[in-house]
Amino acid sequence: MKQVRHSWYLAQRHIRALLRQPIWIALTLFQPLIWLLLYGQLFKRVVELPGFGATNYITFLTPGIVCMSAMFSSGWTGMGIIRDLDSGVIDRFLVSPASRAAIIAGRLVSLALTIFTQTAILVCIGFVLGARWGGGFAGVAILFACSILLAMPFGALSLAMALAVRKEESLIGAVNFLLLPLTFLSPVFMSPALMPVWIQAVANLNPVNWAVSAARAALVGSGDPAAIALRMALLAAFGVLSATLATSSFRAYQRSV
Amino acid sequence: MESFEAKSEDVPSLPDHGDAAIAARGLVKTYPKGTRALDGLTFSVRRGAVFGLLGPNGAGKSTAIKILTTLSRPDSGSATVAGIDVLANPQAVRRAIGCVAQRSSVDMPSTGRENLTLQGQLYDLTGHELKSRVSELLERFHLTEAADRVAKTFSGGMQRKLDIAMGLIHHPKVLFLDEPTTGLDPEARADMWNEIARLSQEGLTILLTTHYLEEADRLAERLAIIDRGRVVVEGTPEELKAELKGDSVSIDLFETADEPTVRRAADRTGQVNQVVVDGKAVHARVNHGASALPALLGALESEGVKAASVRLSRPSLDDVYLRYTGRTFEQAEAAQQQGPQGKWGTP
Repeated sequence: MKQVRHSWYLAQRHIRALLRQPIWIALTLFQPLIWLLLYGQLFKRVVELPGFGATNYITFLTPGIVCMSAMFSSGWTGMGIIRDLDSGVIDRFLVSPASRAAIIAGRLVSLALTIFTQTAILVCIGFVLGARWGGGFAGVAILFACSILLAMPFGALSLAMALAVRKEESLIGAVNFLLLPLTFLSPVFMSPALMPVWIQAVANLNPVNWAVSAARAALVGSGDPAAIALRMALLAAFGVLSATLATSSFRAYQRSV
Repeated sequence: MESFEAKSEDVPSLPDHGDAAIAARGLVKTYPKGTRALDGLTFSVRRGAVFGLLGPNGAGKSTAIKILTTLSRPDSGSATVAGIDVLANPQAVRRAIGCVAQRSSVDMPSTGRENLTLQGQLYDLTGHELKSRVSELLERFHLTEAADRVAKTFSGGMQRKLDIAMGLIHHPKVLFLDEPTTGLDPEARADMWNEIARLSQEGLTILLTTHYLEEADRLAERLAIIDRGRVVVEGTPEELKAELKGDSVSIDLFETADEPTVRRAADRTGQVNQVVVDGKAVHARVNHGASALPALLGALESEGVKAASVRLSRPSLDDVYLRYTGRTFEQAEAAQQQGPQGKWGTP
């Protein structure tokens, strides 16, 4: 199918660019490392709170940090398309027979590979720091799936936003403004049982919560498979919706040129 | 004195669009901020011709290209490219055209070969066909040696060639070149001119926009001068220059003169057809340079306006522009830079 082929051709361009500058790995991993190493140590004893429901904070925290960094990395996806708009590359694609959906999908494919690598590295670091998961391989595989499923909608929304605002500063503002609150309105750092009731209510609608809760349940190995599947389905639906929005943003962009 | 305000009656009757490679009819485009970029643009290009759209920055050239290449849509009007309706069937138009935008649209972190390969893939070239087409174009544009270097190490001229190579990858029927030599050094520009001439010899229809009069004169078989989003005159460069009888006079003054004074002096000679004052420069069109020049200088002198230097020349496209728009090219450019800036005004 033409769109799938085009998506892959366009994705290769981004993957090549990433491989030529491997420094990105160090840069995107710096923040999650701080969270795992320093924050994880500082709040080590938080698991002793009655009702927390876990015994090792690193075991608890690692899937949270994996999802959080997946979300932040995907938030920056739009920066690339702003550079492509400025350099005229997008206009060149738009006057070629390439499908708009493939231009978006190409970026999302390369984002998925980035998130996969990031997750692998963070899981290894978590393991070294003492995290152990009863869910075994299946549990870890679901963590990978959840981090990628979480990255897709945020990546697509970042692209949609980038096509609308076309300024790096605006995108940086939006990412910082939205993603940090979303992190704190989710169980990334804290057991949902101990969150204030209003945050619990908000978290139910928060995709970060869907990803973290599903991943954690799968990693523990005793989670309800139906609940895990439902949350992953919600993430997938959100992803499709966001990618559609991003694709239609080209129409708005073309009206303005 | 005649009035040289461009009026719609001045536009020559339209040629038949039947066999045209490009036909634009009454294109109007207004940008959200209220800038009217196109105001009824109409022209047509014969199959196999090099056609120049000439005008200062902000005249609407790039907007016209954006509409004809399906990137943008007009508010009203219609257009066909290679016989295909641009609005009704943009996807078919995209397969038939090659586009080289005003600024290089090379992907800088990729190599020359990667840029060309991706471009070919987007036009569904694959396998051996793609590989050999890429090598052929690299060879043709003398980029073979640099092919596997990332494009940001290329010179401006090389990037521009890579742009054109990408525009040609799928053997388009019509090639759009939006200011292909803007920003190039003189050597790279001459090189590009040769390349465009060669493409034209191979039978490609080329629509070229430029704000270099010399470039239009040299490359275009026919050209349309556009000003404020409309065609003010169209013809071959020779036709346009031939319409200007007489000579062109340029006078540099010692001091800035005010327009009414110069006009009064020019009127008094009875031999000046048109005069424009631009700071310390006076441009005039006269029937007979030999007799008009002393009379004009004398008349200016008696008004207290002193000439520092004088040039008499055969009409150039600059004079054609002046004749049809009532302002010099430099004035139009300057006005554009000061006035409300069109979104895509200056490169």
